[in-house]
Amino acid sequence: MLEIKNLHVELEDEDKAILKGVDLTVEAGKVHAIMGPNGSGKSTLSYVLSGRDGYEVTEGTATLEGADILSMEPEERAAAGLFLAFQYPVEIPGVGNMTFMRTALNAQRKARGEDEVSAADFLKLIRAKAKELKIDADMLKRPVNVGFSGGEKKRNEILQMALLEPKMCILDETDSGLDVDAMKLVSDGVNALRDAGRGFLVITHYQRLLDHIKPDFVHIMSDGRIIKTGGPELAIEVEKNGYADILAEVA
Amino acid sequence: MTAANPRHSQTEARLDAIGVPDGAGWTLAARKDALTRVRAAGLPQRRDEYWKFTRPDTLTQAEAPEAALFVGDTRPVFDDVDRLKIVFVDGVFDPQASDDLSAEGLTIERLAQAGKADIHWAKDLYGGLEQRGQDPVPRPLATLNTATATDGVLIHVTGAAKRPVNLIYRHESTTSDAMLHHVIKLDPGTEMTLLENGPAAARLNCVLEADIGDGASLNHVRTQGRDYQRREATHLFARLGTESRFKSFTMTANGAMTRNECVIELTGDDAIAHVAGTSMGDGDFHDDDTVFVTHDALRCESRQVYKKVLRNGATGVFQGKILVKADAQKTDGYQISQSLLLDGDSQFLAKPELEIYADDVICSHGSTSGAIDEDALYYLRARGVPKALATDLLTLAFLAEAVDEIEDETLQDEIKMLLEGWLERRRA
Repeated sequence: MLEIKNLHVELEDEDKAILKGVDLTVEAGKVHAIMGPNGSGKSTLSYVLSGRDGYEVTEGTATLEGADILSMEPEERAAAGLFLAFQYPVEIPGVGNMTFMRTALNAQRKARGEDEVSAADFLKLIRAKAKELKIDADMLKRPVNVGFSGGEKKRNEILQMALLEPKMCILDETDSGLDVDAMKLVSDGVNALRDAGRGFLVITHYQRLLDHIKPDFVHIMSDGRIIKTGGPELAIEVEKNGYADILAEVA
Repeated sequence: MTAANPRHSQTEARLDAIGVPDGAGWTLAARKDALTRVRAAGLPQRRDEYWKFTRPDTLTQAEAPEAALFVGDTRPVFDDVDRLKIVFVDGVFDPQASDDLSAEGLTIERLAQAGKADIHWAKDLYGGLEQRGQDPVPRPLATLNTATATDGVLIHVTGAAKRPVNLIYRHESTTSDAMLHHVIKLDPGTEMTLLENGPAAARLNCVLEADIGDGASLNHVRTQGRDYQRREATHLFARLGTESRFKSFTMTANGAMTRNECVIELTGDDAIAHVAGTSMGDGDFHDDDTVFVTHDALRCESRQVYKKVLRNGATGVFQGKILVKADAQKTDGYQISQSLLLDGDSQFLAKPELEIYADDVICSHGSTSGAIDEDALYYLRARGVPKALATDLLTLAFLAEAVDEIEDETLQDEIKMLLEGWLERRRA
């Protein structure tokens, strides 16, 4: 599904290397988790994959089902099936949440040569999906993320994911700012989307989220590289002992 | 001696080119008075403080600069609204294109014909509000208009007007120089909606005086554009009585020179006045909103909401003032002016002012200039919305606070559609 090879990335403005050769393959139907200390490059990886400005790829490749995503515009990546659940979802005053989601869905469908969804059909669709995530009508009506609590913003991200049905989902610290109940709700939302045809890359600091979203593989990232890969037990080890032992072990 | 002064020689040259029309009848006294006043004040000059950001030359020169007729799709504005249409072609009333002027709840007369009557309800109003609006800042172009206006409508609202009145302007001559003066009087407790749209002339000088009686309500929505080369100076003078309401919205699109002055006087307690505008300019565009709101009564509320989208070297200007007199306690005043600069070539010049003499008031004002929010743009694009569409969505969002000031949903939708259309045509 997603294949990253020897990816090197610098900050455009600072000439500073952030990713120093990331290799990672996420297969369809699998959940991969990336953990790592602050500043290890986890979020950068998610931004580079989704096409945010300000990063320069100096070496390496990233493909989605064989297609080179790094040469695509952000909207093309989305239409190709890549989805990033933001760590900090952006507030957009003046743009209604519903308008935003319908515009996004139809733009993606149009880009893929599919028919647009009518207003009435969209309403039905979004209401059904919103209900599962306990998102009320008011949240759908308000401007995108404006006045949303931390938990509401994350639920809204998962709602977009459920609506857009991407092939490859990247979750960037989706657990940050969530209380226990919200984490359960969000995780249930993600788990409901787990599917043989869909890949997940879950970026997190804590093992807690991985109790809910059970990963097939856990990778430890440090200083711009993946330094260790294992099963779910690796996350438990990190939770217990921190990163120090692992860092020492590979050093 | 006056000939040596450019201000006066220019004023005389302009007056020579027009003059007081024949058949002025009961307006003659007001016109003569205005003539004296405009001669004394002289037309605006480049160095005048009130014209710091806008060059008055093309608005004051004797002959109107040529302006090409607009070419493009011309779907009629407000066509979905059941309204009474009054058409002016190059500033001249067109009876064939206009509806019958009789309507429920109001009487409509043409200024050009009203002169016949000896006594007229508008006698004390014509030029009256304009004259009140000269202090503390002179507005000589409006005075010139009072003296020399050739046409316009006099609307007396005596009940609840069922249908909006739509003043439709048409531009058919590349050298037309139109001088229109409208007077609206709303009796206590009455209400009406006034719509204005269409390119009026190569150059337009338009004055609207609105006397809004106690408990009365005037809604005003106008669109200016989308002709590119027009020169336009408009003045809107409104006086509000107790518990009356005035809401005015202006959409300005294109135009080499637009100066919209809005002078509002809240003279009755608990009155509400909201003025708002959106401007969209691309290239050779200069648009100036100059607003002066005077609070002279208790517990009045005023809002000024102006948003300008500028690109390719377009210039937007906002001069807005809230004056709160000593006895205007419990005033609630708000003013915001913002520009969205879609590139580095465009500019926004703003002069927000508050002058407050009462001690128990809430007044706030703000002015900003900015580009499209890159984070929001990235977020939209990451969800699959193409860059051009995402930019339009964010631009419309920027304009929303002003558009939301339009109460009537049909009118609001109409304006939204016009704004979307303008943006769509410019998509890369």
